[in-house]
Amino acid sequence: MEIRKGIGVSPGIAIARCMVIDSKDYRIPRRSILDSQRAKEILRVRRAFAFAIKDLTELSERKHFEEGKIKDIFAVHMRFLRDKTFRKRITDYIDKERVTAEYAVSTILREIASHFEGIDDPYISERAADIYDIERRLLIHLLGKVKEEVEHLREEVVIVAHDLTPTQTASFNRTFVKGFATEAGGRTSHTAIISKTMGIPAVVALGDMTSGINSESIVIIDGNRGVVVVDPDEETLKQYRNYAQQVSLFVHQLDELRDKPAVTRDEVKIQLLGNIEFPEESAMVRDKGGEGIGLYRTEFLYLYGGTEPTEEDHYQAYAQAVKVFPHEPVVIRTMDLGADKLPQTIRQMPEANPVLGLRSIRYCLQNLGLFKTQLRAILRASVLGDVRVMFPLITNLQELRQAKMILRDVMEDLDEYAAPYNAKIPVGIMIETPSSALTSNYLAAESDFFSIGTNDLIQYTLAVDRGNEHVSTLFSAAEPAIVRILRSVIHDAGKAGIGLSICGEVASDPEYIMLLLGMGVRTLSLAPPMIPEIKKIIRSVTIEDCNMLARRVATLDSQRQIKNLLRDAASQILPGQL
Amino acid sequence: MRPAMQFVDLAGSFKSDISVSNEMTTADAKSIMQMTMLAATCGSKLRVRAKGRDARDALAAIRELVEERLFGEPPGEKAASVQKG
Repeated sequence: MEIRKGIGVSPGIAIARCMVIDSKDYRIPRRSILDSQRAKEILRVRRAFAFAIKDLTELSERKHFEEGKIKDIFAVHMRFLRDKTFRKRITDYIDKERVTAEYAVSTILREIASHFEGIDDPYISERAADIYDIERRLLIHLLGKVKEEVEHLREEVVIVAHDLTPTQTASFNRTFVKGFATEAGGRTSHTAIISKTMGIPAVVALGDMTSGINSESIVIIDGNRGVVVVDPDEETLKQYRNYAQQVSLFVHQLDELRDKPAVTRDEVKIQLLGNIEFPEESAMVRDKGGEGIGLYRTEFLYLYGGTEPTEEDHYQAYAQAVKVFPHEPVVIRTMDLGADKLPQTIRQMPEANPVLGLRSIRYCLQNLGLFKTQLRAILRASVLGDVRVMFPLITNLQELRQAKMILRDVMEDLDEYAAPYNAKIPVGIMIETPSSALTSNYLAAESDFFSIGTNDLIQYTLAVDRGNEHVSTLFSAAEPAIVRILRSVIHDAGKAGIGLSICGEVASDPEYIMLLLGMGVRTLSLAPPMIPEIKKIIRSVTIEDCNMLARRVATLDSQRQIKNLLRDAASQILPGQL
Repeated sequence: MRPAMQFVDLAGSFKSDISVSNEMTTADAKSIMQMTMLAATCGSKLRVRAKGRDARDALAAIRELVEERLFGEPPGEKAASVQKG
């Protein structure tokens, strides 16, 4: 049995035999041909192109891929396949080097891919994946393989791969593919996007997986916790089967809660909002019983287009989410990326320590053009509903004042065009650095609301990178330091009478809900699939119990004690379900 | 890739031979492979040449795409400049 930790990018549990796909490791041996065979090999290349075009046409006509991003990817592949100079480069190579069609295809496409990989622009270098994808597409025909195995599945499998290319994921037979586990990738990789669209669990960034695994292995993919288990022992398998069953049963039961309010047994109303990344997810928030958007991450706008998003791109994305919640809050967080992630920005010197570097609000304050474009779109969208704007990574009052001043500048611009906007748009900040938490009384005086981003706050406070496997176990919200810092921010927000929500992962962790309520939190913003479960907890507790628990936690001096206390309290609320 | 796609599609709609070059290489404007390998990012200088009966129209259309519509990007830095050749 082997347990691997990665990043869970799409929730759910899948248990099945695995199918290993290794797109990068086709090794095509160089085989020479006779002069007289050249014409035949060139013809094979042409036919492979023709077949690939046909495949792609069929694939892109399938209904459920009408979604924009996937369609765009196919459109690019199609243009490559129709590019005569591209095909000629391959046929010329056959002509000159006297090699087989498959060797020429593989060599030339790898040349092009490595050219892309060598370019110091993440947007272009990532396009190498598209080229590998085209290579695969052509080779399938040249090597006479019976189509793709995954298209002819007869039993349920989970896919294990180095990384999945867009065409691969799109061609999978949904009935039989139950989950993805990939070695590479991140929260924003193709695999992440597509698994969410398909609604199947996925874990990425697992490191080397494909070498030590064979197709007989049973694999468990736990998209909720970002864990993959290879060849589980009987005990683990049993546990996970139970867990999967509980999850599905639980989800079923929870759906009945959808229209019931999130109130405690002693009638205290808790507001449950959703965190979203893509505008389409706002519908999921509503379906799960969320009462608005507490955190709209806008980074996708900068990551997928390949170019800086236009004001209209921003506006359309915001309008789409607001349309789902015309009367409920929609909190839009301004761009929260490091300079290194932005496409086509003026090249920065690589930073030695990007987490402490030029990113997020700091980058925006230095690149006003980009910042103002986004603010203009947010303001324009503000007349469509209860739109609020939130600045990330604020560390002091100075930054908040600067950001607000720029917002006022943009308002004046809009006045000149007589464009309508809500001049009283609520302006809030993320509390995610120790410095903002420690000075939250000052910040509260000039903010309309706080949203505590616990993930970063914990990372910065405890000085622990939770992505680093050597120290990630030190990352815990149950550290007395975190409890204390949360308490003081909540206290300052309450004293100033401003809104406060928690939007980090603790807000969706069943074990922490009672503590948060006990410390005075009344608004939680969380991943939409978790809303029903958290609502169930809220409906099972009383604020009095929560207050008592919070008071007891305040007297404890170690992470272990706090964690145990929270776990005990939670398991009493929902016996057998945690 | 969207800008490259737009560029190639537009160039492909003309009969003239159209080429794009930066300081190092020249690419056929109708080939997505060559255009993406040219890898023009924001701010790079490109020279566009067209030869053929509709050369003038082709250049005007490309100029409009790059300079005025900026590939549908916000006004700001110019993406590239078109020079007649």
